[in-house]
Parts: sequence; structure tokens; C-alpha cells
Amino acid sequence: MNRHDHENCEQLLGSLSEYIDGELTPELCEEIEKHLAGCDDCRVVLNTTKRTIDLVHAPIEKPDLPEDVRERLFKRLKLDDYLDQKS
Amino acid sequence: MNKTMSLEISLEALIAGDRAEFARLVDAYSAPIYRLGLRMLGTPQDAEDVLQNTFLNVLTHLSTFEGRSSLSTWLYRIAANEALMLIRKRKPEVNLEPVDAEENAEDLLPTQFADWSALPEDELLSGEGKKILDQAIQTLPESMRIVFLLRDVEGLSIKETADALNLTETNVKTRLLRARMFLREQLSTYYGERATREE
Repeated sequence: MNRHDHENCEQLLGSLSEYIDGELTPELCEEIEKHLAGCDDCRVVLNTTKRTIDLVHAPIEKPDLPEDVRERLFKRLKLDDYLDQKS
Repeated sequence: MNKTMSLEISLEALIAGDRAEFARLVDAYSAPIYRLGLRMLGTPQDAEDVLQNTFLNVLTHLSTFEGRSSLSTWLYRIAANEALMLIRKRKPEVNLEPVDAEENAEDLLPTQFADWSALPEDELLSGEGKKILDQAIQTLPESMRIVFLLRDVEGLSIKETADALNLTETNVKTRLLRARMFLREQLSTYYGERATREE
């Protein structure tokens, strides 16, 4: 695989996060989309970066607090009376 | 389940010393704060210390909370400080200073171009896939990891992340981009082979 070091690609990479988060102006988005249409490597980088973020957001990544940890926390904070009042 | 979003906490009641309201606050935020501690420090014991110290600090300083940021951002700020303090204690060699945007700019350049984005969700989230992602997050440098965890895992905005970590928004964006690119490279190394095999 060739090294991905075209000048336009580097500019795109610098704005990639903001593009994914929808924080760029419509003009900048249009410029980026024009570049993406003609650059396979940048399209792959964009798609796989988006997918990486999706995977982090998957519910499986967010375990609840273990019950024994909650109990010790409530005791330390002298909130024992409220242990059973989980909202 | 996202208790933090659905729960209205009364700041007035908290400041007035309402214990039931404080218990509700603790229940609403203890899971994300524990997760943050676990992923920053790597051990359940340290994560529990971060959790307990965060809420002890909240109790001490609640009366002086001025409301310049939201209650949740303030909580994350205390939790992030507790986690970073514990990292300094555990690993004094770790550099937590802001990353210079120009420094090591070539780190950002991708080297993996296999397109694994169309692999099915269940394959991506298989036991092994989840492990690879967790390991990749754990290998992020601490100064990037905390930004990534607050922004991409816990869903704070760029501004809230900047407020919580006392960084500029530009610095948050720089660290976030580096973190995302780093994780993408790590996952591409793993999933790229599978995508090529399935073509």
C-alpha cells in the first residue's frame, strides 16, 4: 500500500473529527466531499473512523456499577439509609 | 440505560443538604465516573478510589459551586482531577501536559487502508473484537485517553470536555482527532485482515 501523504489528504485528516461530528461549515463539507469522491484511501479512513466511534458507542461498552461498589460508596458517604432507594 | 439524562437533580436541594437528593445524584453519576476511573487507571480498586474521592469532594465543595458550568460538567471535572492525581501518584513518569498540535504531526498519517467498515456488527462486537477495542483504548496515552473517554464514551460536547479538563476547545479537538486516528489504526490492523479474507 502506498503511503497516504497527498497534501489534500493531510488537510482532510486534520478536519476529519470535526467533519464526522458535523461541526464544519457547509462550504468546508462540500470541499471535503469533493476530495472524498476522488480519493479511495480517504474514503476508507473516513468510513473506518466512523465505524470505530460507532463501536465505542455500542451499549456493550457501558457496564453498570457493581452492587458491592455502590454499597461501599454509600457507606463512605454516610448514605446507608438510601441504599434501597435506587432511582 | 442512561440515568443521567432522564434524571432532574435539584441544585437547590443539594446545597440545602438534602441527603435523599444527594443519594439520587450519586446514583445518577456513579456508573460513568467508575467507568472513567476504570479506563484511566486500569484496576477496580483504583476506580473505586476515584469514585469515592470524587463524591467526598463534591460533598465538601457543593456549597461553593457557582453554577458557571453544568452540575454534570463540574462532577466530571472533579472525577477527571481525581483520576489524573492518582495516575501521577501511580505512574510519575507519565506526561499529562497538553499535546502540541504541531508536534509529531506525522503520527496522524494513516498507514492502514483496508476497508472493514462493512463487516457485520456481530462480528465487530464479538468477544475478541470487544477485547481488541478495550486494549486499544488502554494503550492510548493518558492525556488523549481522558479526552476520548469524556467525549466519545460518555458523550460530553467539545465545550463540556474542555471545561471539565480545563483545556482549550482547540486542544480537545486535537487530542480527540489523534485518539480516534490511533484507535482506527489499531482496529484496522485487526479487522483489515478479516475484511480482506471475506472479499
